[in-house]
Amino acid sequence: MNGTHLHTEATQACWELMDQIYDPEIPVLSLNDLGIVRVIEVKSPPADAGIIEVTITTTYSGCPAMDWIANTIKMELSTLGYQSITIKHTIFPAWTTDWMAERGKEKLKAYGIAPPEKRFNIPTDGIPCPQCKSEHTRLLSEFGSTSCKALLQCQDCGEPFDYFKCH
Amino acid sequence: MQQALLDYTLYLSDNSLILGQRNAAWCGHGPVLEQDIAITNITLDLIGQSRILYQYAAQLKGGDATEDSLAFLRSEREYKNCLLVERPNGDWAQTILRQFLFSCFQRELYTQLTKEKDSTLAAIATKALREVSYHYRWSREWVLRLGDGTAESHTRLASALENLWPYTGELFKGADYELALGLDPAMLYTNWLSAVQSTLKEATLSLASFASCFMQTGGKTGIHTEELGFILTDLQYMQRTYPGCDW
Repeated sequence: MNGTHLHTEATQACWELMDQIYDPEIPVLSLNDLGIVRVIEVKSPPADAGIIEVTITTTYSGCPAMDWIANTIKMELSTLGYQSITIKHTIFPAWTTDWMAERGKEKLKAYGIAPPEKRFNIPTDGIPCPQCKSEHTRLLSEFGSTSCKALLQCQDCGEPFDYFKCH
Repeated sequence: MQQALLDYTLYLSDNSLILGQRNAAWCGHGPVLEQDIAITNITLDLIGQSRILYQYAAQLKGGDATEDSLAFLRSEREYKNCLLVERPNGDWAQTILRQFLFSCFQRELYTQLTKEKDSTLAAIATKALREVSYHYRWSREWVLRLGDGTAESHTRLASALENLWPYTGELFKGADYELALGLDPAMLYTNWLSAVQSTLKEATLSLASFASCFMQTGGKTGIHTEELGFILTDLQYMQRTYPGCDW
Protein backbone atom coordinates (compact mmCIF):
# COMPACT_ATOMS: atom_id res chain seq x y z
CA MET A 1 0.00 0.00 0.00
CA ASN A 2 1.36 3.36 -0.94
CA GLY A 3 -0.82 6.19 0.25
CA THR A 4 1.78 8.92 -0.17
CA HIS A 5 0.42 10.26 -3.47
CA LEU A 6 -3.02 10.60 -1.91
CA HIS A 7 -1.74 13.25 0.48
CA THR A 8 0.02 15.54 -1.95
CA GLU A 9 -1.44 18.71 -0.50
CA ALA A 10 -0.71 17.76 3.10
CA THR A 11 2.84 16.82 2.15
CA GLN A 12 3.33 20.09 0.29
CA ALA A 13 2.19 22.00 3.36
CA CYS A 14 4.82 20.20 5.43
CA TRP A 15 7.56 21.05 2.95
CA GLU A 16 6.48 24.67 3.12
CA LEU A 17 6.65 24.47 6.89
CA MET A 18 10.31 23.39 6.62
CA ASP A 19 10.96 26.76 4.99
CA GLN A 20 9.84 28.39 8.22
CA ILE A 21 12.27 26.50 10.45
CA TYR A 22 15.72 28.02 10.59
CA ASP A 23 19.07 26.59 11.56
CA PRO A 24 19.71 27.79 15.13
CA GLU A 25 23.38 28.52 14.43
CA ILE A 26 22.93 30.13 11.01
CA PRO A 27 19.50 31.71 11.38
CA VAL A 28 19.23 32.85 7.75
CA LEU A 29 19.12 29.28 6.41
CA SER A 30 15.91 27.28 6.50
CA LEU A 31 15.98 23.50 6.70
CA ASN A 32 15.16 23.41 2.97
CA ASP A 33 18.00 25.82 2.18
CA LEU A 34 20.37 23.48 4.00
CA GLY A 35 18.96 20.40 2.31
CA ILE A 36 18.79 18.31 5.46
CA VAL A 37 15.15 17.19 5.19
CA ARG A 38 15.29 14.11 2.99
CA VAL A 39 11.81 12.57 3.07
CA ILE A 40 8.40 13.65 4.30
CA GLU A 41 5.85 10.89 4.39
CA VAL A 42 2.32 11.74 5.41
CA LYS A 43 0.79 8.42 6.38
CA SER A 44 -2.47 9.92 7.45
CA PRO A 45 -3.42 13.62 7.10
CA PRO A 46 -4.24 15.79 10.14
CA ALA A 47 -7.94 15.63 9.37
CA ASP A 48 -7.69 11.89 9.88
CA ALA A 49 -5.31 10.24 12.40
CA GLY A 50 -2.45 12.67 11.63
CA ILE A 51 0.49 10.33 11.26
CA ILE A 52 3.71 11.55 9.69
CA GLU A 53 7.31 10.44 9.32
CA VAL A 54 10.11 12.88 8.52
CA THR A 55 13.61 11.75 7.63
CA ILE A 56 16.45 14.18 8.27
CA THR A 57 20.19 13.92 7.81
CA THR A 58 22.99 15.51 9.77
CA THR A 59 25.49 17.91 8.20
CA TYR A 60 28.49 16.90 10.31
CA SER A 61 28.30 13.81 12.57
CA GLY A 62 28.59 15.84 15.75
CA CYS A 63 26.41 18.79 14.81
CA PRO A 64 24.86 19.82 18.16
CA ALA A 65 21.91 21.48 16.42
CA MET A 66 20.36 18.19 15.30
CA ASP A 67 18.42 17.45 18.49
CA TRP A 68 17.05 20.98 18.53
CA ILE A 69 16.07 20.69 14.87
CA ALA A 70 14.32 17.35 15.39
CA ASN A 71 12.36 18.72 18.36
CA THR A 72 11.40 21.88 16.50
CA ILE A 73 10.12 19.90 13.52
CA LYS A 74 7.97 17.90 15.92
CA MET A 75 6.57 20.99 17.58
CA GLU A 76 5.85 22.76 14.32
CA LEU A 77 4.18 19.71 12.77
CA SER A 78 1.96 19.38 15.80
CA THR A 79 0.65 22.90 15.11
CA LEU A 80 -0.52 21.57 11.73
CA GLY A 81 -2.51 18.95 13.64
CA TYR A 82 -0.27 15.91 13.42
CA GLN A 83 -0.68 13.57 16.37
CA SER A 84 1.95 10.96 15.75
CA ILE A 85 5.24 12.36 14.49
CA THR A 86 8.30 10.21 13.91
CA ILE A 87 11.66 11.76 13.10
CA LYS A 88 14.05 9.36 11.44
CA HIS A 89 17.76 10.04 11.02
CA THR A 90 19.67 8.88 8.01
CA ILE A 91 23.35 9.20 7.15
CA PHE A 92 23.19 7.68 3.71
CA PRO A 93 23.74 9.19 1.25
CA ALA A 94 26.04 11.48 3.21
CA TRP A 95 24.98 15.13 3.28
CA THR A 96 26.85 17.42 0.95
CA THR A 97 26.82 21.17 0.39
CA ASP A 98 25.70 20.33 -3.17
CA TRP A 99 22.24 19.94 -1.63
CA MET A 100 22.24 23.51 -0.44
CA ALA A 101 19.73 25.60 -2.40
CA GLU A 102 21.15 28.42 -4.57
CA ARG A 103 18.95 30.93 -2.75
CA GLY A 104 20.50 29.61 0.48
CA LYS A 105 23.95 30.52 -0.82
CA GLU A 106 22.73 34.04 -1.65
CA LYS A 107 21.25 34.40 1.83
CA LEU A 108 24.54 33.27 3.38
CA LYS A 109 26.47 35.89 1.44
CA ALA A 110 24.06 38.63 2.47
CA TYR A 111 24.45 37.49 6.09
CA GLY A 112 28.25 37.82 5.91
CA ILE A 113 29.19 34.15 5.47
CA ALA A 114 31.01 33.11 2.30
CA PRO A 115 28.98 30.28 0.70
CA PRO A 116 30.53 26.92 -0.24
CA GLU A 117 32.21 26.91 -3.62
CA LYS A 118 33.44 23.89 -5.54
CA ARG A 119 36.70 25.57 -6.54
CA PHE A 120 37.53 25.86 -2.84
CA ASN A 121 37.03 22.22 -1.97
CA ILE A 122 39.63 22.68 0.75
CA PRO A 123 39.42 26.01 2.58
CA THR A 124 42.31 28.17 1.50
CA ASP A 125 43.41 31.76 0.89
CA GLY A 126 41.44 33.62 -1.78
CA ILE A 127 37.85 32.75 -0.87
CA PRO A 128 35.95 35.94 -1.82
CA CYS A 129 35.12 38.26 1.07
CA PRO A 130 31.32 38.43 1.52
CA GLN A 131 31.62 42.10 2.53
CA CYS A 132 33.79 43.72 -0.13
CA LYS A 133 34.08 40.85 -2.67
CA SER A 134 37.90 41.02 -2.59
CA GLU A 135 39.72 37.76 -3.27
CA HIS A 136 42.70 39.05 -1.35
CA THR A 137 41.81 36.98 1.73
CA ARG A 138 43.70 34.75 4.12
CA LEU A 139 42.69 31.49 5.82
CA LEU A 140 43.01 31.83 9.60
CA SER A 141 41.69 28.41 10.57
CA GLU A 142 40.03 25.44 8.89
CA PHE A 143 37.72 25.29 11.89
CA GLY A 144 35.32 28.15 12.52
CA SER A 145 32.55 28.94 14.98
CA THR A 146 30.63 25.78 13.98
CA SER A 147 31.70 22.44 12.48
CA CYS A 148 30.58 23.49 9.02
CA LYS A 149 32.64 26.68 8.78
CA ALA A 150 36.23 27.86 8.37
CA LEU A 151 37.57 31.25 9.46
CA LEU A 152 39.17 33.74 7.07
CA GLN A 153 40.15 37.38 7.08
CA CYS A 154 39.93 39.88 4.25
CA GLN A 155 43.24 41.61 3.59
CA ASP A 156 41.55 44.58 1.93
CA CYS A 157 38.63 45.53 4.19
CA GLY A 158 40.15 43.78 7.21
CA GLU A 159 36.94 41.98 8.11
CA PRO A 160 37.24 38.44 9.53
CA PHE A 161 34.54 36.17 8.08
CA ASP A 162 33.25 32.62 8.13
CA TYR A 163 33.36 30.36 5.09
CA PHE A 164 30.76 27.61 4.85
CA LYS A 165 33.02 24.69 3.94
CA CYS A 166 32.45 22.71 0.76
CA HIS A 167 31.57 19.27 2.02
CA MET B 1 29.63 -13.36 13.11
CA GLN B 2 27.02 -11.05 14.68
CA GLN B 3 29.17 -10.96 17.84
CA ALA B 4 32.27 -10.05 15.81
CA LEU B 5 30.37 -7.26 14.07
CA LEU B 6 29.15 -5.93 17.41
CA ASP B 7 32.63 -6.06 18.94
CA TYR B 8 34.13 -4.39 15.91
CA THR B 9 31.52 -1.60 15.95
CA LEU B 10 32.22 -1.07 19.64
CA TYR B 11 35.95 -0.94 18.92
CA LEU B 12 35.37 1.84 16.38
CA SER B 13 33.01 3.81 18.61
CA ASP B 14 35.14 3.43 21.74
CA ASN B 15 38.14 4.80 19.83
CA SER B 16 36.21 7.90 18.80
CA LEU B 17 34.56 8.46 22.16
CA ILE B 18 37.72 8.15 24.24
CA LEU B 19 39.77 10.39 21.97
CA GLY B 20 36.86 12.84 21.94
CA GLN B 21 36.73 12.80 25.74
CA ARG B 22 40.50 13.38 25.91
CA ASN B 23 40.43 16.26 23.43
CA ALA B 24 37.41 17.82 25.14
CA ALA B 25 39.62 18.59 28.14
CA TRP B 26 41.31 21.23 25.96
CA CYS B 27 38.07 23.21 25.66
CA GLY B 28 38.89 26.66 27.03
CA HIS B 29 42.58 25.79 27.40
CA GLY B 30 43.86 25.81 23.81
CA PRO B 31 47.05 27.81 23.14
CA VAL B 32 45.13 30.38 21.08
CA LEU B 33 41.43 30.85 20.46
CA GLU B 34 41.42 29.50 16.88
CA GLN B 35 43.17 26.29 17.92
CA ASP B 36 40.96 25.89 20.96
CA ILE B 37 38.00 26.03 18.55
CA ALA B 38 39.72 23.64 16.15
CA ILE B 39 40.38 20.93 18.72
CA THR B 40 36.85 21.21 20.12
CA ASN B 41 35.41 20.98 16.60
CA ILE B 42 37.41 17.80 16.09
CA THR B 43 36.04 16.57 19.40
CA LEU B 44 32.49 17.21 18.21
CA ASP B 45 33.13 15.21 15.06
CA LEU B 46 34.61 12.32 17.05
CA ILE B 47 31.78 12.21 19.57
CA GLY B 48 29.27 12.50 16.73
CA GLN B 49 30.87 9.53 15.01
CA SER B 50 30.83 7.55 18.21
CA ARG B 51 27.12 8.28 18.71
CA ILE B 52 26.22 6.97 15.26
CA LEU B 53 28.38 3.90 15.84
CA TYR B 54 26.90 3.24 19.31
CA GLN B 55 23.41 3.53 17.86
CA TYR B 56 24.33 0.83 15.37
CA ALA B 57 25.97 -1.28 18.08
CA ALA B 58 22.84 -0.99 20.24
CA GLN B 59 20.78 -2.21 17.33
CA LEU B 60 23.14 -5.17 16.83
CA LYS B 61 23.10 -5.97 20.53
CA GLY B 62 19.34 -5.75 20.82
CA GLY B 63 17.48 -5.98 24.13
CA ASP B 64 17.46 -2.71 26.04
CA ALA B 65 20.88 -1.53 24.86
CA THR B 66 21.03 2.12 23.81
CA GLU B 67 23.82 4.41 22.67
CA ASP B 68 23.86 5.81 26.21
CA SER B 69 24.00 2.48 28.01
CA LEU B 70 26.93 1.43 25.82
CA ALA B 71 28.86 4.62 26.52
CA PHE B 72 27.98 5.12 30.17
CA LEU B 73 27.48 1.68 31.66
CA ARG B 74 30.34 -0.45 30.41
CA SER B 75 33.49 -0.95 32.47
CA GLU B 76 37.15 -0.74 31.38
CA ARG B 77 37.34 -4.41 30.48
CA GLU B 78 34.38 -4.01 28.16
CA TYR B 79 35.89 -1.00 26.40
CA LYS B 80 37.79 -1.97 23.25
CA ASN B 81 39.50 1.29 22.29
CA CYS B 82 43.14 1.16 21.30
CA LEU B 83 45.63 2.28 23.94
CA LEU B 84 46.80 5.23 21.84
CA VAL B 85 43.60 7.24 22.36
CA GLU B 86 43.67 6.90 26.14
CA ARG B 87 47.21 8.32 26.45
CA PRO B 88 47.21 11.51 28.54
CA ASN B 89 46.94 14.87 26.78
CA GLY B 90 50.38 15.89 28.04
CA ASP B 91 51.36 19.14 26.37
CA TRP B 92 50.04 20.53 23.08
CA ALA B 93 52.72 18.57 21.17
CA GLN B 94 51.57 15.25 22.61
CA THR B 95 47.90 16.02 21.94
CA ILE B 96 48.70 17.04 18.37
CA LEU B 97 50.85 14.02 17.66
CA ARG B 98 48.28 11.62 19.13
CA GLN B 99 45.62 13.21 16.89
CA PHE B 100 47.88 13.02 13.86
CA LEU B 101 48.85 9.37 14.35
CA PHE B 102 45.22 8.47 14.94
CA SER B 103 43.75 10.58 12.11
CA CYS B 104 46.23 8.99 9.69
CA PHE B 105 45.00 5.63 10.89
CA GLN B 106 41.31 6.57 10.73
CA ARG B 107 41.80 7.88 7.22
CA GLU B 108 43.14 4.51 6.03
CA LEU B 109 40.62 2.53 8.06
CA TYR B 110 37.55 4.45 6.91
CA THR B 111 38.73 4.39 3.31
CA GLN B 112 38.82 0.60 3.60
CA LEU B 113 35.41 0.53 5.33
CA THR B 114 33.69 2.57 2.61
CA LYS B 115 34.02 -0.60 0.52
CA GLU B 116 32.85 -2.86 3.34
CA LYS B 117 29.93 -5.19 2.62
CA ASP B 118 28.12 -4.16 5.78
CA SER B 119 26.24 -1.19 4.35
CA THR B 120 25.75 0.63 7.67
CA LEU B 121 29.47 0.63 8.47
CA ALA B 122 30.20 1.69 4.89
CA ALA B 123 27.76 4.62 5.20
CA ILE B 124 29.22 5.72 8.54
CA ALA B 125 32.75 5.51 7.14
CA THR B 126 31.78 7.54 4.06
CA LYS B 127 30.30 10.26 6.25
CA ALA B 128 33.18 10.28 8.74
CA LEU B 129 35.94 10.20 6.15
CA ARG B 130 35.19 13.76 5.04
CA GLU B 131 35.55 14.94 8.63
CA VAL B 132 38.71 12.93 9.19
CA SER B 133 40.37 14.55 6.19
CA TYR B 134 40.11 17.87 8.04
CA HIS B 135 41.52 16.37 11.25
CA TYR B 136 44.38 14.89 9.26
CA ARG B 137 45.29 18.12 7.49
CA TRP B 138 45.06 20.19 10.65
CA SER B 139 47.12 17.88 12.85
CA ARG B 140 49.66 17.35 10.07
CA GLU B 141 50.23 21.11 9.77
CA TRP B 142 50.80 21.33 13.50
CA VAL B 143 53.26 18.42 13.46
CA LEU B 144 55.24 20.32 10.81
CA ARG B 145 55.03 23.61 12.69
CA LEU B 146 56.19 22.12 15.98
CA GLY B 147 58.80 19.73 14.61
CA ASP B 148 60.34 22.29 12.30
CA GLY B 149 59.72 25.21 14.66
CA THR B 150 61.83 26.29 17.60
CA ALA B 151 64.32 24.12 19.50
CA GLU B 152 61.79 23.91 22.32
CA SER B 153 58.86 22.84 20.13
CA HIS B 154 61.08 20.30 18.36
CA THR B 155 62.18 18.78 21.66
CA ARG B 156 58.59 18.53 22.84
CA LEU B 157 57.39 16.85 19.68
CA ALA B 158 60.33 14.43 19.77
CA SER B 159 59.47 13.52 23.32
CA ALA B 160 55.79 13.06 22.39
CA LEU B 161 56.91 10.68 19.64
CA GLU B 162 58.91 8.68 22.14
CA ASN B 163 55.90 8.50 24.47
CA LEU B 164 53.34 7.56 21.85
CA TRP B 165 55.16 5.37 19.36
CA PRO B 166 54.95 2.17 21.46
CA TYR B 167 51.15 2.47 21.27
CA THR B 168 50.93 2.51 17.48
CA GLY B 169 51.72 -1.15 16.84
CA GLU B 170 48.42 -2.30 18.29
CA LEU B 171 46.44 -0.50 15.59
CA PHE B 172 47.67 -2.96 12.99
CA LYS B 173 47.50 -6.15 15.00
CA GLY B 174 44.17 -7.77 14.17
CA ALA B 175 41.91 -8.64 17.10
CA ASP B 176 39.79 -11.79 16.78
CA TYR B 177 36.72 -9.79 15.80
CA GLU B 178 38.59 -7.97 13.05
CA LEU B 179 39.99 -11.16 11.60
CA ALA B 180 36.59 -12.89 11.82
CA LEU B 181 35.16 -10.13 9.63
CA GLY B 182 38.05 -10.34 7.18
CA LEU B 183 39.20 -6.85 8.14
CA ASP B 184 42.85 -7.40 8.92
CA PRO B 185 44.27 -3.97 9.88
CA ALA B 186 47.78 -5.12 8.91
CA MET B 187 46.71 -4.22 5.36
CA LEU B 188 46.56 -0.56 6.37
CA TYR B 189 50.07 -0.42 7.77
CA THR B 190 52.09 0.43 4.64
CA ASN B 191 49.98 3.45 3.67
CA TRP B 192 49.80 4.67 7.25
CA LEU B 193 53.52 4.39 7.77
CA SER B 194 54.38 6.18 4.58
CA ALA B 195 52.08 9.12 5.45
CA VAL B 196 53.50 9.29 8.97
CA GLN B 197 57.08 8.91 7.83
CA SER B 198 56.93 11.59 5.16
CA THR B 199 55.30 14.06 7.55
CA LEU B 200 57.81 13.38 10.32
CA LYS B 201 60.66 13.75 7.87
CA GLU B 202 59.33 17.13 6.79
CA ALA B 203 59.03 18.00 10.48
CA THR B 204 62.74 17.10 10.88
CA LEU B 205 62.01 14.05 13.05
CA SER B 206 63.08 10.50 12.44
CA LEU B 207 61.72 7.07 13.28
CA ALA B 208 65.15 5.46 12.98
CA SER B 209 65.57 4.85 16.71
CA PHE B 210 62.20 3.08 16.92
CA ALA B 211 63.04 0.26 14.51
CA SER B 212 62.89 -2.41 17.21
CA CYS B 213 60.51 -0.60 19.55
CA PHE B 214 58.49 -2.84 21.87
CA MET B 215 54.80 -2.40 21.08
CA GLN B 216 52.15 -2.28 23.79
CA THR B 217 48.94 -4.16 23.12
CA GLY B 218 45.74 -5.01 24.95
CA GLY B 219 43.28 -2.16 24.54
CA LYS B 220 41.43 -3.76 21.65
CA THR B 221 40.65 -6.79 23.79
CA GLY B 222 39.82 -4.84 26.94
CA ILE B 223 43.20 -4.85 28.70
CA HIS B 224 43.87 -1.16 29.26
CA THR B 225 46.39 1.09 30.92
CA GLU B 226 45.29 2.57 34.24
CA GLU B 227 44.43 5.80 32.42
CA LEU B 228 41.14 4.45 31.10
CA GLY B 229 39.74 3.99 34.58
CA PHE B 230 40.22 7.67 35.30
CA ILE B 231 38.69 8.66 31.97
CA LEU B 232 35.59 6.52 32.55
CA THR B 233 35.22 7.77 36.11
CA ASP B 234 34.91 11.27 34.73
CA LEU B 235 32.82 10.30 31.72
CA GLN B 236 30.38 8.04 33.55
CA TYR B 237 30.06 9.77 36.91
CA MET B 238 26.60 11.27 36.39
CA GLN B 239 24.98 8.10 35.02
CA ARG B 240 26.58 5.93 37.68
CA THR B 241 25.55 8.25 40.50
CA TYR B 242 22.10 9.20 39.22
CA PRO B 243 21.08 6.27 36.99
CA GLY B 244 18.96 7.37 34.06
CA CYS B 245 19.38 11.08 34.79
CA ASP B 246 18.45 13.34 31.93
CA TRP B 247 18.42 17.09 31.30
